[in-house]
Amino acid sequence: MAVLATFCAQSAFAHVGQTTAQGFLTGFLHPISGADHVLAMVAVGLWGAQLGAPAIWVLPVAFPLVMAMGGMLGFLGLPIPGIEYGIAASAIVLGAAVAFEVRPPIVVAALLVGLFAIFHGHAHGTELPPGQSALLYSMGFVIATGCLHAMGIGIGTVHRRSWGQKLLRAAGAGVTAGGVFFMWKAVACGLRGRSRPAPSSGSRLPWAADRPTRTSIRPGWARSTTAWRMS
Amino acid sequence: MGPVYDGLAHVLTSPEDLVPALALALLAGLRGADYGRRALFALPAAWLLGTLSGLTAAAASTGALGAAFWFLLLGGLVVADAKLSLRTMTVLSALLGLVHGYLNGSGMGLSVSAIVAALGLAAAVFVLVVLVAALVVRLQAHWARIAVRVGGSWIAASGLLMLGWVVRGT
Repeated sequence: MAVLATFCAQSAFAHVGQTTAQGFLTGFLHPISGADHVLAMVAVGLWGAQLGAPAIWVLPVAFPLVMAMGGMLGFLGLPIPGIEYGIAASAIVLGAAVAFEVRPPIVVAALLVGLFAIFHGHAHGTELPPGQSALLYSMGFVIATGCLHAMGIGIGTVHRRSWGQKLLRAAGAGVTAGGVFFMWKAVACGLRGRSRPAPSSGSRLPWAADRPTRTSIRPGWARSTTAWRMS
Repeated sequence: MGPVYDGLAHVLTSPEDLVPALALALLAGLRGADYGRRALFALPAAWLLGTLSGLTAAAASTGALGAAFWFLLLGGLVVADAKLSLRTMTVLSALLGLVHGYLNGSGMGLSVSAIVAALGLAAAVFVLVVLVAALVVRLQAHWARIAVRVGGSWIAASGLLMLGWVVRGT
């Protein structure tokens, strides 16, 4: 009975969303709960691995920094037109770069990745759920983004083998196909007059069904963990 | 669990304190063993001094701006693998320790428990710097040092986002 009780226990959600840790979790889940974000960020890693040094580390360093600037714009409520189109375009272009093994100068590659990072960062920045710690939310989504890049780089190491190069290019084509799908969805939503696909749409991965979209945001420093507690 | 553990737990559960200390340890580790040893003693000593000097002060906070500053500065230095002098590393460690220690100490009130908690704080910082800096000093592979710098970019990016919050809040 004890073993059964241990392994069948469910999480308690009496105070869900009300803790500082929840801010980190929400931020961490944000990039990995949208297939459009996942495709683009993994593609950054794939492209970096394909290009080799120094792109393999310049791109994953440039992306979070520029993404943070996009996030700042989102936090500040400064609108960027066509966010969904930009995110979909990032998957299309980065996937195509991998598929066709495009080798631009490193500056051009970094600028291209940086440009798309702004769209991803802005989308993250505008979707902080009310009442959660902005610091932990920010750290969560930066770390998740970095992990997605690392995953892309890990997969991209197959590039060292001849069969791996073909596989990598096929993966790039797959990313582009996914990007085309999301572009089609964004255009369809745009024609219907919505700025962003609904959470229940196909771009959201299963564990993100309840992910908030475009909620009003307010600084979460009141929930900061700096408050000193003495027992 | 008592004031020592309050001090230990505070550093480990407060990202505003933990991450800058971690970034300084990464930076010291990247620069080498001498820098690691300097940060190892300067940071906890300054943190303890700052905490003790803040015990009699009213509760103070630099808020998000202070945290954003340290995240950006230290994260940026790690990304750039900045070639700092040993003296600059000492000054950075002392400043970080004094400021964060003072903020930790302010509002605690002067008591024996608070002094013991201050020791816990300094001990946590000491252990953190020992482990992280020693680990990074040992890293010889190029990719491993790059991974540390990528970690610095994450810290700087978090600082940029906090800066956004500061600007938005004003």
